[in-house]
Amino acid sequence: MKDTPLSNCERDFILKAIEEKKRLDGRQTYDFRRIKITFGTDYGCCFVDLGKTRVMAQVSCELVAPKESRPNEGIMFFNIELSPMASPAFEQGRQSELSVKLNRQLERCLRNSKCIDTESLCVVAGEKVWQIRVDVSMLNNDGNLMDAASVAAITALCHFRRPDVGIQGDEVTVYSPEERDPIPLSIYHMPISISFSFFQQGTFLLVDPCEREERVMDGLLMIAMNKHREICSIQSSGGIMLLKEQVMRCSKIAAVKVSEITELISKALLNDRTARKAGGRCGFAESMPQERITALKTDETLMETSDVTERANDIVEKAGAPPQTVPSPLVPAPGVGQVSQGQQNTWGLQEEDEDDDDDDDEQNGKETKMETEPQEEEKGAGDVVEISDSEEEEVVILTSETSGQAKNADSSSHQKRAAASKRRPKK
Amino acid sequence: MAGLELLSDQGYRLDGRKATELRKVQARMGVFAQADGSAYLEQGNTRALAVVYGPHEMRGSRSRTLHDRAAINCQYSMATFSTAERKRRPHGDRKSTEMSLHLKQTFEAAIMTQLYPRSQIDIYVKILQSDGGNYSVCVNAATLAVIDAGIPMRDYVCACSVGFVDETPLADLCYAEESVSSLSVALLPRGGQIALLQMDARLHQDHLEALMEAAMTACKGVSKVLDEVVRQHLQEAAVLNVCP
Repeated sequence: MKDTPLSNCERDFILKAIEEKKRLDGRQTYDFRRIKITFGTDYGCCFVDLGKTRVMAQVSCELVAPKESRPNEGIMFFNIELSPMASPAFEQGRQSELSVKLNRQLERCLRNSKCIDTESLCVVAGEKVWQIRVDVSMLNNDGNLMDAASVAAITALCHFRRPDVGIQGDEVTVYSPEERDPIPLSIYHMPISISFSFFQQGTFLLVDPCEREERVMDGLLMIAMNKHREICSIQSSGGIMLLKEQVMRCSKIAAVKVSEITELISKALLNDRTARKAGGRCGFAESMPQERITALKTDETLMETSDVTERANDIVEKAGAPPQTVPSPLVPAPGVGQVSQGQQNTWGLQEEDEDDDDDDDEQNGKETKMETEPQEEEKGAGDVVEISDSEEEEVVILTSETSGQAKNADSSSHQKRAAASKRRPKK
Repeated sequence: MAGLELLSDQGYRLDGRKATELRKVQARMGVFAQADGSAYLEQGNTRALAVVYGPHEMRGSRSRTLHDRAAINCQYSMATFSTAERKRRPHGDRKSTEMSLHLKQTFEAAIMTQLYPRSQIDIYVKILQSDGGNYSVCVNAATLAVIDAGIPMRDYVCACSVGFVDETPLADLCYAEESVSSLSVALLPRGGQIALLQMDARLHQDHLEALMEAAMTACKGVSKVLDEVVRQHLQEAAVLNVCP
């Protein structure tokens, strides 16, 4: 199944927001989403949450014959699996471009940077070495799979313990964890990949793109670094043109992010170690937030409701008039409330509303017509429309005026009406 | 790598080059009659053959059609006899798929694809002999082939790899040097825009700038050679047309 394409409106909206230095989830341009690292019950199992992106890494090992070219080095094997569970766009079986890209980047990031001492994985030179296999499964795709996968993989490798082996003559004995304590891998440094996405031909740059942003981006730059500020791999993708300065800037940002994430990983590893030592419970089940109902009945809370009407009226009377500083809008014809004509919004509304309106304005200038329709309906019905907005606490009463009367009404009543009509469709 | 002195005290490399010296680049355009564009390029001991077909109607699955620009299809392969060890190279292994992807990405950035909506451009590259810098040689050969096919590009795409040994950037790596560290850059030299950047090495951040600078200079050197080849080829073609 192919992913549902993004509509032009959505695309424009996201790009516009990025131009205004805003992001859908309220982050700043260089902010990462929240990273949460949890461990499974076994050694070498790690879950990483990056916002809503969730990946799992599992490390396993087995004794194999070494490669002929490197008889005294262990073998590292990395595999990223894009399971259809993570996103409808991922297909089972077939090697997609994305999967090749991710796999190669992970290999480059962890194998080519020689972050693991492969020589210590040799048991009998030329005959038996450990093969360490890292399987990363995508559980939920909300963008930036690479960063999540690289954090998960390196954390799982740090967490992993391989069984101890003993050699007597030609015989190799693998001890179970009960007999001898398993041994951690020796890890020299921890490379972590940081993704930067570029928009509008490289004019705008975002760190840690979410899935929506990934869909509208022009290109991606992935930089893998360790906390010693050593770059382990760089890879640009997507048809963008980069300038040298941009790359240099990205590498500086990456250095900061990597040191933060490395600290987080070591903290998570430490926490897990103390939890395990204390014999506390750990593992996947523990990492899930507990949201269970423990009782079947709730206590009733009594509420005084007899004087609600009076109190509500009281509040309404006490409430001040709407701010007088609002500039009067242009009214081309009586009874026509205008909201979006492509100009700056001048309604004295809350800031939150304003933002929405701005976007409306720019997206489709033709909206005036649609906005006025509900008002006409109101007139026809002649109802009293009460809008009790919890934020503003004002009541606007619309009487059934004819358009002739409306002419006499001052501009502020126009305002109110327009405001009412405008707010209505939002409810 | 132990025991291998990549840069001598006198500042010479394994094959006698200076640190910033490129290998000898030799190229020919229009080597095949059947293809729309073709080129053969040697860079030192690395040789590549590039063939371009298109722009033509979409073939195969029509679902890949792009309504606003041409789709670029790249295929990279290595001849069985290209390396020291004779090896059967299956199609679609990770490395060659990745290389095809990178070539595609490079040429998507360079070719003015928006001129040919709903069509397809095929670029096939084969490495005949491999001695380091496969990606760069492929890009350089493919650039010539695309030019030979008469497909408009923003600029030449020139690629070069650089390494970092003993605090010195080395340009245009051969196989032995490549195993230590390598940064490949595909550059559009006129604007100094990087179409692809790839690095496989541990390198301190402070050295990155020097290395990129060296890579860009090397790419500009390559672009001069390519430009000469194109001009030479055009002159020959013009002469042939005037007096048949």
